[in-house]
Amino acid sequence: MLSLAKIFHLAVLRTPKLPPWTPEVAEFHWSWPQCSGASWQPGASWEQNGCDPLVCCCSFKGHGVFFTSRPGFCLVKTVDILEQFVREGGLSALMWEVCQQHAQAASPELQETLLNKVVCLPDHLSNKLRGENLPIFLPQNYFPLLGTEIIQVLQRISDSLRGGLDCSISFVSQVLGKVCVHGRQKEILSTLVPCLTDLTKSDCIWQRMCWRLVECVPDQIKIWEVGERADVLSRLLGNLVVKNKKAQFVVTQKLLLLQYSCPTAMLQNVLGYLALDNSRRFLLIKVLQELMETWASSSAVKHSPVEQQLYISKAILICLSHLKDVEIDSHRQELFTCVMEGMKCHLDSNLPRIRCLGMIVAESISSRINTDGPILKFQVRLKQNLSLLPRRCTIKVFAVGAVLCFLAWGRYISILKPVAAAYAVSEEGSDSELDSDDDFIPYDMSADKELKKTKAPLYIRDCIEVLTGPEDVEKWEATMRVLETLIQRNTAATQEVSVELAKVLLHLEEKIYIDDFMELRQKALVAVTVTDPVPVAQYLTSQFYSLNYSLRQRMDILDVLALAAQELSRPKAPGKSKLSSVQTPYIQILPGSDSSKDWRRIVDERIRSKTRRFAKVSRQVGQQSSVAGHFFFPLIQNFDRPLVTFDLLGDDHFVLGRLAHTLAILLYFAVNTVAAAAMGKALLEFVWALRFHTDSYVRQGLLSCVSSMLLSVPSDRLLEDVIEELVETQAWLADVAEKDPDGDCRRLALQNLLLMENLKTKLEAAPS
Amino acid sequence: MIATMALPPPDPEFVLRGTAAPVHTLHFSCRSQEPEFPILFSGSANGLVQIWNLKTHRVDKTLDGHGGKSVYWVETIRGRDELLSQGRDQKICLWDLAEGRSMVTDSVSMDSVGFCRCSLLKMAQDRWLIAMPADDPDEVQVLELPSKTSVCTLKPEAGAKLGMPMCLKLWQPGFGACPFLMAGYEDGSVILWNLSMGKMLSRLACHQEPVMSLDFDSEKAKGVSGSSEKVLSVWSLDEQQNLKVHKTHELINSGISDVTIRQDRKILATAGWDYRIRIFGWKKMKPLAVLDFHTATVHCVSFSDHSRPSERLLAAGSKDHRISIWSLYNQT
Repeated sequence: MLSLAKIFHLAVLRTPKLPPWTPEVAEFHWSWPQCSGASWQPGASWEQNGCDPLVCCCSFKGHGVFFTSRPGFCLVKTVDILEQFVREGGLSALMWEVCQQHAQAASPELQETLLNKVVCLPDHLSNKLRGENLPIFLPQNYFPLLGTEIIQVLQRISDSLRGGLDCSISFVSQVLGKVCVHGRQKEILSTLVPCLTDLTKSDCIWQRMCWRLVECVPDQIKIWEVGERADVLSRLLGNLVVKNKKAQFVVTQKLLLLQYSCPTAMLQNVLGYLALDNSRRFLLIKVLQELMETWASSSAVKHSPVEQQLYISKAILICLSHLKDVEIDSHRQELFTCVMEGMKCHLDSNLPRIRCLGMIVAESISSRINTDGPILKFQVRLKQNLSLLPRRCTIKVFAVGAVLCFLAWGRYISILKPVAAAYAVSEEGSDSELDSDDDFIPYDMSADKELKKTKAPLYIRDCIEVLTGPEDVEKWEATMRVLETLIQRNTAATQEVSVELAKVLLHLEEKIYIDDFMELRQKALVAVTVTDPVPVAQYLTSQFYSLNYSLRQRMDILDVLALAAQELSRPKAPGKSKLSSVQTPYIQILPGSDSSKDWRRIVDERIRSKTRRFAKVSRQVGQQSSVAGHFFFPLIQNFDRPLVTFDLLGDDHFVLGRLAHTLAILLYFAVNTVAAAAMGKALLEFVWALRFHTDSYVRQGLLSCVSSMLLSVPSDRLLEDVIEELVETQAWLADVAEKDPDGDCRRLALQNLLLMENLKTKLEAAPS
Repeated sequence: MIATMALPPPDPEFVLRGTAAPVHTLHFSCRSQEPEFPILFSGSANGLVQIWNLKTHRVDKTLDGHGGKSVYWVETIRGRDELLSQGRDQKICLWDLAEGRSMVTDSVSMDSVGFCRCSLLKMAQDRWLIAMPADDPDEVQVLELPSKTSVCTLKPEAGAKLGMPMCLKLWQPGFGACPFLMAGYEDGSVILWNLSMGKMLSRLACHQEPVMSLDFDSEKAKGVSGSSEKVLSVWSLDEQQNLKVHKTHELINSGISDVTIRQDRKILATAGWDYRIRIFGWKKMKPLAVLDFHTATVHCVSFSDHSRPSERLLAAGSKDHRISIWSLYNQT
């Protein structure tokens, strides 16, 4: 009865240990009953079991081969036999035997060994045979084969169950589980799942077997990666999650909260599976509650990686799409509380992606739970992807919407845009027959604005009067639009009133709605600062640390200083000053735009150019050289002195992050100036003081500071002035690059390390 | 998104300067064969009709027949040998231009003091109908040319309160069929008149303000009208001869002084009080271009009647004394 198992075991286990022997192959008739009587003791030796240790035998289909051999010969022969064994269905016979035997109590050790052998056969053989392995034993071939063998065993089991005989399926389960643990779930499930899907369609015995099969799999997490539709999953798995605590843990905790690598389709399948049967729906609600708890936890928002938050948000939206109105009714208050809490901590975040994520999720939840009341609606949003929603939402509005939303950030937006455009076009063209109108390509009509009757003022002083004077809506707007060019054209006139004008602009409020008010004001402020840098910079930097400004204004000051520094650092070509306003600025620090990204792009470019050739870097010094210090030092001086309304080291860490970024930009543009070395030193101290800040945006700013210090301060000055600090910083950078939870921080730290490495090689190359 | 990818709007092909007065009306005559050159008639506020040579871009001839009073409608009959011009001196002059002549051979006087332009329809060889505002302020009179006999007077029923007619368009469903008149009125309604019965067939109140201009596409039974408001109204005529609003198109700025559908019924141009010419696809009113060239109100737009489509031009006359000539969407 144990013959096959024994033989298989032998073939695999004992072959390598065989001593040299003369080949003496003989035909040996060996039949089942002969061996079936012997009781096999796995721990004992061959002799103890009444067999010759040097005889390796293998048998199937009623005939056997009996041979002795030298190791080489024996190995080859054994492999041949094994191949034949595997190829001709030996595995299924083996498993079937164990299953049958399992009904009667059998030795657990033998089973354990067999399990090990069956699953690890490819590993063992590839270890032994190295390059001469047979294709059938390669994992990509072996495991699909094992899958079909399992199906055959299951077929036999189902037959025997139908025949009224009891059979145990647990060995097959163990095999399956072990294969999954070994990371070969894809190969084996690729053959197993389609067959099972087919077989379970109408057969309840198969269904029961299938449920039992997965239930007994020890570590089930891999099973969920089958990638089948929710209804198939439900058929294959039954109510596994309800019955089995382990499965429940896997689904409700492990898949959703403890990792974030599953593809969205799988999330949809798993959550869809939970939603499909009424007996499982309580789990869906439980999952949603847990997800919401995580989503609304300020510590999770602060400390977990963006990718994980994205994952959780996706899961939340998918759950929501599955919820029924009744269920929402009973949990409305709870959801509402969570949204409120979560909203607060998401909006509090300094990372635009997190804020955006929070808004999207909160809006979706709000629109789902408020059937008649007011719905949460944010003005800032990504219009493109939302316009896509109604077209694609045939299955699940929320789920698909979520996926699209997540796609649409940052770099993905460029991919989506043409798609959206294509949709827009197809929408337009869909309502009538083929149309010749579409042949006509419209020209740019963006200049088609409302016609203004009022004349814009011609002098700077008039502008100040209009801006401070009584409200004249049209004149005010006209003034805003013309101010930047006026300032650039009339340098002398501007210098007379520069500080006054800067003051007016800084305090200017949007009296009437102009769509690009912020941009206009910023441009005007930059123009004033560029025209008369020293007094205006002094004014602005002093205002940054004074009382009674809003955070917005303080950030405006930072942005203006950064942009002005950039403008000033450009070499001045005669008659070209007007061009600058036409070019799109390098750094766009407007509300909603991700300034740190742009900034990083510059650093990236810079690093690239630096790493290639050092000698070629020759940047001309613009006007910046004489004024760089006026921009920089007043800003860095007072950051640690909290005011009544402004506490950089406390709640206002967003401004601190901005400040760090701005300082980095200022130093970057101060390259080749005399002040750069002193600025670098001061900046390094600033970084050192704040290096363990909890906010990742601040840390990103600090890392940018380090980059720009390494890039802007001449290397000999670095060595002379701050060598010790640099060594310390390097240690810190290494730490960040390894351990920081934020991916961007890690990347920046790595870049900095690279820069330092470059610095070192450069120094080594040119010994002093 | 599309706007950012789109081409910037084109510049005018060329500009005709030298009318020395606001231009009120334009009319092309480009159909004649070589060696004759394409010409453009312009009527301006100083009472002059100028004939522009579109090869040399110069004025070939100036016609002065309205006593210095603004000319606001010109139209050729019999090729380019004869010209009708309507002026604020309450006269419609018939000019003989054949063989280099330029003299007024006939004139019709009107009692109307409004701004309503006439409309001309060729009924047969040497037989035209002309619709013009009549003596009574709210009536329209239709005459037969060259006999100048009155065909009918279209009088709205008492209490209709239409106000003066503002714009007229004679049309017929097919050559030789019974002619109809589309008329836009001061109260903002467009009315379809049956000329043979002198009866109002349908009335559509499509504007709140006086209808400044309209054009009608008899093939698609669809028309468009503009007023001093911010909208263009597109309406259609169903088989029961009822006018229905088809669509309204919102504009950025208010005031349309002229709308014209190109002869091939593919595009449509409007002259705006906001100094801009707008081009739309006629089928779905898809905005195609906004031409921003003039520095004052654009008074009129006109498409040329070139026989080769690729040569077709658009002309716009403005209060800034200039006539801009454009070449747009000519590829077929």
